[in-house]
Amino acid sequence: MGYLEGFGVTFKKWAEGVTTRQYLGGRGGASDQKVPKTERAHGRHVLNRYEDGMEKCIGCELCAGVCPARCIYVRGADNPPDDPKSPGERYGYVYEINYLRCIHCDLCVEACPTEAITETKLFEFSFTNRSDAIYTKDELLVDDAGVPQHLPWEDWRPGEDEHTSGWMRATAPGGRASSEGVVGWSPELGHGVRQPEKGQSAPAADADSSGHEDSAHAHEGGH
Amino acid sequence: MGEPYLNNGVDFSDVIFAVVKAGLAFVILLVAVMLMVWFERKVVGRLQNRLGPTVAGPAGIFQTLADGIKLFFKEDIIPNRSDRFVFQLAPYLSLVPAFLTFIVIPIGGDFSDGKNGSVKIFGKETFLQVADVPVGILFFLAMSSIGVYGIMLAGWSSGSKYPLLGSIRASAQAISYEAALGLSLASVLLVSGSLSTNRIVSVQAGDGFGGIVPNWNVIATGFVPFAIFLIAGTAELNRPPFDMVEAEQELVGGFHTEYSSIRFALFFLAEFMNTVTMSAIIVTLFFGGPAGPNFGFLPGWLWGFVWFFLKLLVFLFTFVWFRATLPRLRYDQLMDLGWKLLIPLALGWLLILGAIRVAQRGDFAITDSTGVDTAIVLIIGLAIGMVAFLLLAAAIRTARTERLRDQGLVEVAPQEAH
Repeated sequence: MGYLEGFGVTFKKWAEGVTTRQYLGGRGGASDQKVPKTERAHGRHVLNRYEDGMEKCIGCELCAGVCPARCIYVRGADNPPDDPKSPGERYGYVYEINYLRCIHCDLCVEACPTEAITETKLFEFSFTNRSDAIYTKDELLVDDAGVPQHLPWEDWRPGEDEHTSGWMRATAPGGRASSEGVVGWSPELGHGVRQPEKGQSAPAADADSSGHEDSAHAHEGGH
Repeated sequence: MGEPYLNNGVDFSDVIFAVVKAGLAFVILLVAVMLMVWFERKVVGRLQNRLGPTVAGPAGIFQTLADGIKLFFKEDIIPNRSDRFVFQLAPYLSLVPAFLTFIVIPIGGDFSDGKNGSVKIFGKETFLQVADVPVGILFFLAMSSIGVYGIMLAGWSSGSKYPLLGSIRASAQAISYEAALGLSLASVLLVSGSLSTNRIVSVQAGDGFGGIVPNWNVIATGFVPFAIFLIAGTAELNRPPFDMVEAEQELVGGFHTEYSSIRFALFFLAEFMNTVTMSAIIVTLFFGGPAGPNFGFLPGWLWGFVWFFLKLLVFLFTFVWFRATLPRLRYDQLMDLGWKLLIPLALGWLLILGAIRVAQRGDFAITDSTGVDTAIVLIIGLAIGMVAFLLLAAAIRTARTERLRDQGLVEVAPQEAH
């Protein structure tokens, strides 16, 4: 065939169907689809709370210290004795993340001693001014049901806000095979104790069924 | 010959009729171009596992309209160093010939059973084309040459180096491929015996070999002129793989680098108009245009439309397929292909076809039967053609070796240098 082979190659692509998706930013009704994301996808942050509603953040500023993009600004303060915000001595009095600088490396998540800051999988958020780009503590903190707040410029789909800490649960055991499957984190408001992700050290037979409920939900949510 | 309704003198109603026909053709062509841009983007998308335009209208069919409206409201920039008058004129020089070519194309009509494709509208008998110019094919060649002026002047008047390079390429490319285009056309004219597009379609309308094979020129001229015409036509359109004129990776945007707003849109309109028209010309010349079997249940002239648009669609798809498949040629490869392969091939094929026609008429009288004459002529013709081709190839090779040696780029072994 020589020169004409290429025509067959391109024509076969038609039969393969399309690999791109119709994403319309929430304006397209039924045809508007998001691409399914992986378990540990990095997205916008949330500040978690304990099951009794207390904030997990203790204002230690480790996240701000580790941040390579210097996008996190934290100021801690002593807990008021009559109305404590967190179980510890101190709490995060100011907590701001500048999303014009954040590179979503998740070093803050790894640095956090109390699992206060984790990342959702949401990256479909676009703002039109600088003050919207800086998320304050009020915006980052989960609501009373433990669900991340839905801001007007964010494109949440049903079910997506349940997956707020995939990366933390995958890496918190320090990457050691012996700590795989060990719960090393505290319960969360609205979710209780999250199950660890399995099948990291070896390709487990049940890798698709266990610890992947999140991604199953994500598929549903995306359609 | 000529439009039937003009044969008995011209009165005022005939003038109105002609103007309405021209206006209608313009609208049809514009809508066709709009759909062609959408079709191209959709098909190229599917050939690359993409969706193509989806948002504007059902399946994105109004994408062209949306783009046009957007471009209309963009700022119209005329560079300081440009030649203002020519700069503003160039887009129209591109667009007008692109439309004018369309007037000689019969887009419908009943050609079955020896009819000449004329229909009666408002009591006037007319062909379904704006005008049946007696020199229709020459008119097409002239217009496609004039279209290059638009590109050339656009590049020259921009007062910028990349557009100038693009337009120089356009001129060189047009000159090279016009010759191959014209020579492959000559084969069609030889078979049809007329320059009128209506007549060319009528000649192809009858049944061909065995009553099943259509009497198309693509078969009557032996396929080679069609292949040459398709390649040269793609080059003439400046479409991939011959889009050296634009060549984004080398020349920014080529000749339209400095153009913006609606002037830029006009160039694009002209380009796609040319694509539609060139496909229509191919259908007319080689595939019988609107001629095709009449299956009843529709009026005869409507079948002409159906066949024409089906055939047209095949070639529009082919052009899009070219674009999705073939990488751009290098400039010297383009020139090699045009001058060293297509022009000699088209010329040789024309001579062989001419000799065969003379033999079929029995003018050679080598033997008693014209069939045997034809066979003899064909064999002799192909043999001479082969020898000529080998001589040409040898000449080209020798010339290249000499050139490389003169430049000191290659050491030539003594036995080769003679």
